[in-house]
Amino acid sequence: MTDRTTLSPLDLETPDKTFLDSNELVINMGPQHPATHGVLRVILRLDGEKVLGLECVIGYLHRGVEKIGENRTYTMFNPYVDRMDYVAAVSNGLGYCEAVEKLLSIEAPPRAQHVRVILTELNRIASHQLWLGTHALDIGAITPLFYTFRDREEILKIFEKYCGARLTTHSFRIGGLQYETYNGFEKEVKNFLNFFRPKISEYEELLTTNRIWVERTKNVGKISAEDCIALGVTGPVLRASGVKWDLRKAQPYANYKNFDFEIPTGQNGDTYDRYLVRMEEMRQAVRIIEQAVDALPEGPIMAKVPKVMKPPVGEVYHSIEAPKGELGYFIVSDGSTQPYRVRVRPPSFVNLQALDIMCRGQLVADVIAVIGTLDIVLGEVDR
Amino acid sequence: MAPIATPFFFYLLSAMMLVGGILVITQKNAVHSALALIVTLLAQAAIYLMLYAPFVAAVQIVLYAGGIMVLFLFVIMLVNIDRSLKEKQFNSQWWVGIIAATGLGGLFVAVYTKGKNIFPERVLSVAEADNTQKVASLLYGQYMFAFEIASLLLLVAIIGAVVMAKKKI
Amino acid sequence: MNAFVQYIESYLTSNLTPGAAGNMFWVFVYILLVFVGLSVAVICMNWLERKILAHMQVRLGPMRVGPHGLLQPFADALKLLLKEDIMPAEADSVIFWAAPFIVVLAAFTTFVVVPFGPQHAITDMNIGILFMLGVSSLSVLGIVMAGWASNSHYPLIGALRSSAQMVSYEVAMGLAVVSAILMTSLNATGTGTLSMIGIVEAQKAQGEWFIFKFFPLGLVSFAIFAIAMVAETNRAPFDLAEAESELTAGFHTEYSGFRWSLFFLAEYSAMIAVSSIAVTLWLGGWLRPFPNLLSGPRWDTFFSYFPGATFLALAAICFFNVARMPKHPYFRIQTVGLAGFGGFLAFIGLVLFIPAVSFRVQDIFWFSAKVAAFMYLYIWYRGTFPRYRFDQLMKIGWKVLLPVGLGVLILTAGVALFQQNLWRP
Repeated sequence: MTDRTTLSPLDLETPDKTFLDSNELVINMGPQHPATHGVLRVILRLDGEKVLGLECVIGYLHRGVEKIGENRTYTMFNPYVDRMDYVAAVSNGLGYCEAVEKLLSIEAPPRAQHVRVILTELNRIASHQLWLGTHALDIGAITPLFYTFRDREEILKIFEKYCGARLTTHSFRIGGLQYETYNGFEKEVKNFLNFFRPKISEYEELLTTNRIWVERTKNVGKISAEDCIALGVTGPVLRASGVKWDLRKAQPYANYKNFDFEIPTGQNGDTYDRYLVRMEEMRQAVRIIEQAVDALPEGPIMAKVPKVMKPPVGEVYHSIEAPKGELGYFIVSDGSTQPYRVRVRPPSFVNLQALDIMCRGQLVADVIAVIGTLDIVLGEVDR
Repeated sequence: MAPIATPFFFYLLSAMMLVGGILVITQKNAVHSALALIVTLLAQAAIYLMLYAPFVAAVQIVLYAGGIMVLFLFVIMLVNIDRSLKEKQFNSQWWVGIIAATGLGGLFVAVYTKGKNIFPERVLSVAEADNTQKVASLLYGQYMFAFEIASLLLLVAIIGAVVMAKKKI
Repeated sequence: MNAFVQYIESYLTSNLTPGAAGNMFWVFVYILLVFVGLSVAVICMNWLERKILAHMQVRLGPMRVGPHGLLQPFADALKLLLKEDIMPAEADSVIFWAAPFIVVLAAFTTFVVVPFGPQHAITDMNIGILFMLGVSSLSVLGIVMAGWASNSHYPLIGALRSSAQMVSYEVAMGLAVVSAILMTSLNATGTGTLSMIGIVEAQKAQGEWFIFKFFPLGLVSFAIFAIAMVAETNRAPFDLAEAESELTAGFHTEYSGFRWSLFFLAEYSAMIAVSSIAVTLWLGGWLRPFPNLLSGPRWDTFFSYFPGATFLALAAICFFNVARMPKHPYFRIQTVGLAGFGGFLAFIGLVLFIPAVSFRVQDIFWFSAKVAAFMYLYIWYRGTFPRYRFDQLMKIGWKVLLPVGLGVLILTAGVALFQQNLWRP
């Protein structure tokens, strides 16, 4: 790890001046740009097409979610977290609910835990589908987008039937679930799994062995495991660099320890490996859901939770493996009905720091690919 | 094929060439100059067509208008032209210019008046249909050596350019 | 007046192109026909591309304006014409104004020598193919001018990209073309030809399309051209200049309304133009399938039914969809419109069955059918491939296509020489 991350790319000296005055360009990519996945502004310093350095300007989508948390009761804040990573709202809810449950020292009943796993993993698939579609679109393959959206629709239908919302679901409550699963829930999830399993191969058919796709993604946006760890990068990006770190295995939460699944890893830490890792994660998610549906126990869905939540004075940090990486909640309680401080550790925000390292020396077109492969959601970066 | 309105088109194209040529040296903006040069080159290609030399005309378009001028434009557009806009257009070499222009003009007049003896008047008899084949057989037959020398020269120029532009090969 | 009619009629008996016959009236008629035909083709392409791409991507595409969105291109054209014409401040107004016209002019002028049939070309030039390549290379100028005159970073980068791309792929393209032209020299006369009509006639005389000539040399040179022509027209997967996810829209980012539509028109006519070159050089141009093997008046009659049958099939598709239309009164106008369109197509199909007509236009039909196959390929590419990166694109052009093209050229020359001098009895 060198100190190049601390330098602003705009202060760098010109590395090599030729006798021809090669005009260096400073280009603003965003905040309104089709490939920045929201309102990310990237200031690029270019030598021709080569990226000398870049700087991310964030905050265009800042809504003060953490501050809102200090002014709401624990229950009232629950829907707000869905609005951070709106692509994987269920994961956000799971992380928050489990953090507060930890603070209250209660545990959700087994049936609730199972349903939570099913919905979270479904959401992981949906999030990866959205990533795949937009990532491929950025690299120029327009067709996968429609395939993934077509199949994502089936997941959203299940969400809608379960809790009435498609995107910001607010599907979990502190202590368990609000709603019992609807009639035929298991059957529909299983139908979806059978429908979806061949679809992964369909996506891969278009891309995995496609020469252009391989050339565009192999050795692009490489990042080493050391750099990942130094920057705190987590999730598929870290795993693609060869580190077998998945909170579902490392610090099992919910009841992931009951399920049998693999953690896919890559070796090169390039965009292609990250692609393969995420594709494999979708397959593993299917495996987990299948086991969870098969072993869905009967029983209550809500633990005994006090009507007015007043957690004991103290603090808790709880993190889960969201589709994009480690999503952590740090909650400080002063014994009142409202948290004293809520701090979110969003995976997108931390992963975004790696953009500069990944893009140095690459071409403009690679910046697009790397932004896509980081799978950031600006709602979560800015909060 | 009957020639169509030859004198009219000849004068039209010549006028285009002259206007284009004058614009090349009087325009302050280098990009405009380059575009004027392209007009000149295209008019010249059309004149080649009128001389029943379609191959030369096509090569003129492909190489000069399509190839070299694009490279010209590349270079001009990438340098900062705001600075060159402020520079004085004409440097003070009036005398040399006038002497050269007079000499050239005199030569033209001399050729026009006395030229009939040097270049006897005759009708061009090159058939249009196999013009390209004629060019080919001359180029690869009689003038083979000169052609190869010219290509060698170009090769040397390419290598020289690469060596100059690239610091380490 | 009589003399004028005679002048008009005098061409009908000749079997030359109007340009070669020197008949100005018919030259103008042909220019008009080509212009109108091209515009119609671009409109059709606009609709077809959206529809085909949509069906590849499991969606429907335009469905609202007219039955199955048939009137969508017209609605779009109207919108573009009515749109405000914006010129950026500080833009070089003259060049900004002229650039789209240069691009359109270059794209349309190439069609002067495109042979739709042995007589159906505006003119036949001794240097036909060279003329096409030369004039189409002029469109680079328009692109560079557009990018520079916009006075903005993204268009400038887009213009530099696309012109660098076009200039480099012209080299590989030229080599592939030359190796096809070398094959024409195996005529009875022993000299080759650059004339577009001459090239097709050479294929007829030699009894095979050049794509199969000296197998696999013809195929390889065709493949080089087929790749280079996609790059030359800045289409997917080589559409870096217009990579919307990187450069928003490339060199025409700052253009809007009518001027933007000119770029659109030029892009599609350039696609048709390069496809016409490929069809003429390698796929036998206007020749119907197996003109030598299945010759004789009976086969001629059989193949002359194809144009009419194609239009009848299109009409049948229309009528099939009329039957599938929802029966709700809301859809009545659309149903009637689609039936009318089907009737129109059927009428054309029936007219094409008249022997005098079909023998006159079947060349055009076969040529257009082959070009249409290329157009479908273009759409298919766009639906399937991701986009190349700029350095990879250059690498393919200079390090793969160029050496392979040179090799094929030398091999073709060697084989041709061998056949001409040693092998021929």
